Amino acid sequence: MSDWSKALAGFTPENAGGAGNRGLEIEELLLFEQDAPGRCGVDLPAPKGGADRLGSLRRNGPIGLPGLSEPQVIRHYTRLSHKNYSIDTGLFPLGSCTMKHNPRLNEKLARLPGFADIHPLQPNATVQGALELIDMLAHWLKTMTGMPAVAMPPAAGAHGELCGIMSIQAALAARGERRGRVLVPESAHGTNPATAATCGYAVQSIHANARGRVDLAALKATLGPDIAAIMLTSPNTCGLFEDEMREIADAVHAAGAYFYLDGANFNALVGRVRPGDLGIDAMHINLHKTFSTPHGGGGPGSGPVVLAQSLAPYAPLPWVVHDGAGFRLVEQPDGAAAASIGRIKGFHGQMGMFVRALAFMMSHGADGLRAASGDAVLNANYVLASLADVMTPSFPGPAMHEVLFDDHFLADTGVTTLDFCKALIDEGFHPMTMYFPLIVHGALLVEPTENESKAGLDRFIAAMRGLAARAKSGDADFFHGAPRLAPRRRLDETTAARKPILRWRTPAKAAAE
Amino acid sequence: MATMKYTDSHEWVRVDGDEATVGITDYAQTQLGDVVHVELPELGRRVDKGAEAAVVDSVKAASEVYAPLSGEVIAVNDALNDDPARVNSDAEGAGWFFKLRLANPAELDALLDPGAYRKLVEGLH
Amino acid sequence: MRYLSLTDPDRRAMLAAIGVGRIEDLYRGVPADALLAEPLDLPHAMGEIEVERALARLALRNVPAGSVPSFLGAGAYRHHLPAAVDYLVQRGEFLTSYTPYQPEIAQGTLQALFEFQTQVALITGMDVANASLYDGATATAEAAMMANRLTRRKKAILAGSLHPHYAETVATYARFNGFAVDQRPPAPAGDDNPAARLDAETACVIVQNPGVFGQLRDYSALAEACHRAGALLVVVVAEVVSLGLVKPPGAMGADIVAGEGQSLGNAIGFGGPHLGLFATSDRNVRQMPGRLTGETHDAEGRRGYVLTLSTREQHIRREKATSNICTNSGLCALAFAVHLALLGEAGFERLAALNHEAAMALAERLSRVPGAAIVNDTFFNEFALRLPRPAGAVVDALAARGILAGVPASRLWPGRPELADLLLVAATELNTTAEMDALAAALTEAVR
Repeated sequence: MSDWSKALAGFTPENAGGAGNRGLEIEELLLFEQDAPGRCGVDLPAPKGGADRLGSLRRNGPIGLPGLSEPQVIRHYTRLSHKNYSIDTGLFPLGSCTMKHNPRLNEKLARLPGFADIHPLQPNATVQGALELIDMLAHWLKTMTGMPAVAMPPAAGAHGELCGIMSIQAALAARGERRGRVLVPESAHGTNPATAATCGYAVQSIHANARGRVDLAALKATLGPDIAAIMLTSPNTCGLFEDEMREIADAVHAAGAYFYLDGANFNALVGRVRPGDLGIDAMHINLHKTFSTPHGGGGPGSGPVVLAQSLAPYAPLPWVVHDGAGFRLVEQPDGAAAASIGRIKGFHGQMGMFVRALAFMMSHGADGLRAASGDAVLNANYVLASLADVMTPSFPGPAMHEVLFDDHFLADTGVTTLDFCKALIDEGFHPMTMYFPLIVHGALLVEPTENESKAGLDRFIAAMRGLAARAKSGDADFFHGAPRLAPRRRLDETTAARKPILRWRTPAKAAAE
Repeated sequence: MATMKYTDSHEWVRVDGDEATVGITDYAQTQLGDVVHVELPELGRRVDKGAEAAVVDSVKAASEVYAPLSGEVIAVNDALNDDPARVNSDAEGAGWFFKLRLANPAELDALLDPGAYRKLVEGLH
Repeated sequence: MRYLSLTDPDRRAMLAAIGVGRIEDLYRGVPADALLAEPLDLPHAMGEIEVERALARLALRNVPAGSVPSFLGAGAYRHHLPAAVDYLVQRGEFLTSYTPYQPEIAQGTLQALFEFQTQVALITGMDVANASLYDGATATAEAAMMANRLTRRKKAILAGSLHPHYAETVATYARFNGFAVDQRPPAPAGDDNPAARLDAETACVIVQNPGVFGQLRDYSALAEACHRAGALLVVVVAEVVSLGLVKPPGAMGADIVAGEGQSLGNAIGFGGPHLGLFATSDRNVRQMPGRLTGETHDAEGRRGYVLTLSTREQHIRREKATSNICTNSGLCALAFAVHLALLGEAGFERLAALNHEAAMALAERLSRVPGAAIVNDTFFNEFALRLPRPAGAVVDALAARGILAGVPASRLWPGRPELADLLLVAATELNTTAEMDALAAALTEAVR
């Protein structure tokens, strides 16, 4: 029997309660391992029973869901929560994710019955406040970016990219054109080429110059009648502003193509630069990055897309419009919306995230948003300045809101970027983004965000300096065995991929398989 | 008498008459890390030299395997479905991917012989 | 500003350490003419009091579905959320955590998602489920694209039972992703026959159960017909509570299940964020979009969980990924999982039974409204009521009188005048008989 099977066999409902607990960090079985048939954590009235209108489609077998009481469920998830690092725990310096503070006022307001308990298909007259909120948020987004239009429905950043590329394809089709390729920098987030491919485009790479920005001359040489669009990020994923954006926009437009900006790094620019001034045609905004809506363990997000006038007619349905009588939803491709690409999801958009994002924006105001972007850039540069002598920044400063290091400082230590990051876990920090962007070796991308205190940054810097010194001193074993103090040591991802176990099965079933 | 040849994208070919066995080199498997899954071509598929013929996944990466020569897929190594680790433990033997019936044996001339491939790999360090 | 921790002395010290005089100096990589000289034309910062006042004012201009008798369904359902759900999902370690890319410090999220995947597989009767997608409509589009990949064909047949938002979303994706859609007309009587359209180009048939008009059908025969034709059957579930009572898609031979999970754990919230469910058979797992959590062990032999089969995804496969999806609906999936954990087998079945009984009680009353007739032979918690006059105007009239009567078919299919007299009515465990009486009386009055 493998070591893993033995360990699994050791977990039984009888002994698991005491096995492996470490103070407040308590081992917790799966829900399915705590079942008592018939037990229930919700008291509901008893059904009357009798004839039904199910047409003999009544389920005729058990489902297999476990029964737990409310206290058991609360303990279950409370114990699980103790095994999670979070923004509320400490610095979460993931580059390009913008792990900023999630204000609790936003949670309170999103749960007001007037926002949480309204049905998307209620008559317009009964949801004027909701429609006005969407319109207000749209106004803030357009004003911050200097763009005339915005598509609110996309459910996440990648969904916004899809919306943008679809709109561009529709605009080209309206001109009678069908172009085959989209240009994407090698440093781009994976969603960019994936989005382009989903829309049937071939993806062509654009190289960076020695300064880490798009090579303008190479770009101009590549542009031609078969290029539909360029997808850029600015600041780019190296934390550097694409300072030739206007020239790029001019060249792209001269070639009859469109300029899509991935807005993931907008946190450096809010209140200071309007991408619309620089000639972009479309940009998605990650409300869950720049505007503090919670990451929630991986989602939900929200990715509205600001659009130039040339793309506005193609925006996905529904549109929120205001006429003399008030606000209403345009849900069909008629009239002014006749050229819309159509629906890209159910209902109207991520309303719960709209409330949170607008509350964040109103809390900051024009002055606060500018102060926040400034502090974000200040914090990143302070990290750069404080670590430049012991690590290897990939590009000379100043950085914007995030700073990129590569693994040259670990050369000949036997310590990889991965090892270094796992050791950082034991220091009490979530690691920075690793191995992204792909254009430098062993990338470490650090984004502290604006919320971090100087004392907090100093603690992080001290931990990083300590680890860098330890790596260079030759203590590779220390790093290879990290983390030691987290709820789990390093996990076997190879076996997880070779022999995927993607759900719990009853032991009898599992043994049979 | 079988001939071993290599590509500069780190595939090997063992040619015997008009049949060729293809896999990835030992150098390639060390670069990939633990192989977790292999996507093999369908039997009967015709591939052109240089076309994508298979995909090999490690935990954190997926790499295309290109057909070193043109031909028809006449066999695939099904054992890799249950045991992809063979690609790591015996890349140039039991870790083979597929066999081709060659369409154009003259294409062999453009491939690297073992000495040339060894030099290529040394140059990468 | 209450969210910014730096003080002015801090900023001065940090600028000095960096070697510049002002924060603006750090922006020297931005062309000077791109930097705004003036603040944006937006309001100044506000404290909590003012923000709350401003947004509460907007909230009060909406009629919450819980504050009046409310019978809306059509893809979003008002259910009781146990108090514990919201309390647990707002724990900071869940609310403010990230995608679990560092599994050693994300076992909370990972185990919760592993349990969620199991719950979704169990209730749909399928082998395996992913860690959620954006919503039911996009999950359906992803199912169509997955069917295309698996069959190497490029056509989806959309049955007349499918929610039009879902159908429209699939159609949009189809147009840009390069596959065809055969959209069958809406089928209020449930007499749709998509099998008749199967051909050698069909990658999948997509049906919804309960259908958008509420009908229940056994799609086992359709599954067989699809498989004989080399196509896949996709079954969409828009009201996931139905799975507590109704034969699940897995038992009918479905190849892929795409669903909407909002009904469990999540407020209706004006339509978002919601929760896409996605499940399939083991043999299809490597073509599944979205994140997957898997079980493994750590260096000390302890059981743990990781994201796995990641080479399908955009961050590795880039333009060859199964989907461009990055975020899932993590917190909504957690809320679903907590709610279903509280319900358990007994509670989930009971909840479903109460929903069906509520709909039967409502149907009994509404069938006695003069001139009105229930179209459905079968239903779970939603059915179509044919009125003697256009339903849209009736709904508006009742809304003005403080009753949210349901969704008029004309809202979903404005281009189909033959449906204009249909009203989609849903009842859940939250609707009281007094509310049902009020609806019946108001409808009687409105169609007089």
